[in-house]
Amino acid sequence: MNSSKSRNLSLSERGLNFETLMWFFTRLSALAMYALILFGMIGALVMGARNQMNFADVMRWAFMPNVTHVQSTNVPDLAPWVSVFWKSVAGLLLLVASAHGVHGLVVIADDYIAGVNGRKVIRLLSIVMLVSVSAIGLYVIWTS
Amino acid sequence: MGLNRDVSLLTGLRYKGQGPMLTFVLHRIGGLGMGIFVTTHILASFLGGEAGAFLNAIYENWAFQIFIFFCALFHAINGLRITILDLFPKLIEHHREAIWIEWAVFLPTFGIAALVITMTALGG
Repeated sequence: MNSSKSRNLSLSERGLNFETLMWFFTRLSALAMYALILFGMIGALVMGARNQMNFADVMRWAFMPNVTHVQSTNVPDLAPWVSVFWKSVAGLLLLVASAHGVHGLVVIADDYIAGVNGRKVIRLLSIVMLVSVSAIGLYVIWTS
Repeated sequence: MGLNRDVSLLTGLRYKGQGPMLTFVLHRIGGLGMGIFVTTHILASFLGGEAGAFLNAIYENWAFQIFIFFCALFHAINGLRITILDLFPKLIEHHREAIWIEWAVFLPTFGIAALVITMTALGG
């Protein structure tokens, strides 16, 4: 049963490279997204969502605190929901989520594309995708 | 360089990875589903017009909402399990029990939500 025991190697023994950092980032960004979504839910309740929104509407807001996600609800005053503060929170969630997601796509692609050149193409495409999705998403959030 | 695993799709499908393999596959499906959904959703909001309305009509469909809720909820709960086990490696000895806890959290949460979505969609 020794094989099931965990090993604790120090960083110098394990080696620190970009993939290790991204492995760690994937875990940390998962926790960060949990925190941001919880923050959005609490924020919605503080702004009075209990009276004008159902749970699905609160979830839609929490997963991306963007004012277009509350427009179809009975919230009478959208001003607090469209503040620079919530646009920044939405922008942060977008950047964390897109970095987490695009790196996940690279991990999946690496399982099917094993050649050196193919992996270079995947990495180039992933950088293009990350930059364009982040830019378009930030534009949508800040102009809505 | 390059790896040559020399494993056919059929052999891959017959791989008996059991519970951990199932969570791995579902985590991947959930991640891909959300990646495609979120990207097209952002593009639809950016484009607007007829193309945007067409894409919005797809994800406002109740069947699609059950699918995307499955993707998001499973990916989130399974991701939390992976994060906890990876950040506290001593817990890896209990990784099978962790998967059972994961299902115990996921199945009722998803089941109730899917039931409510379906009942609302069917008018009742």
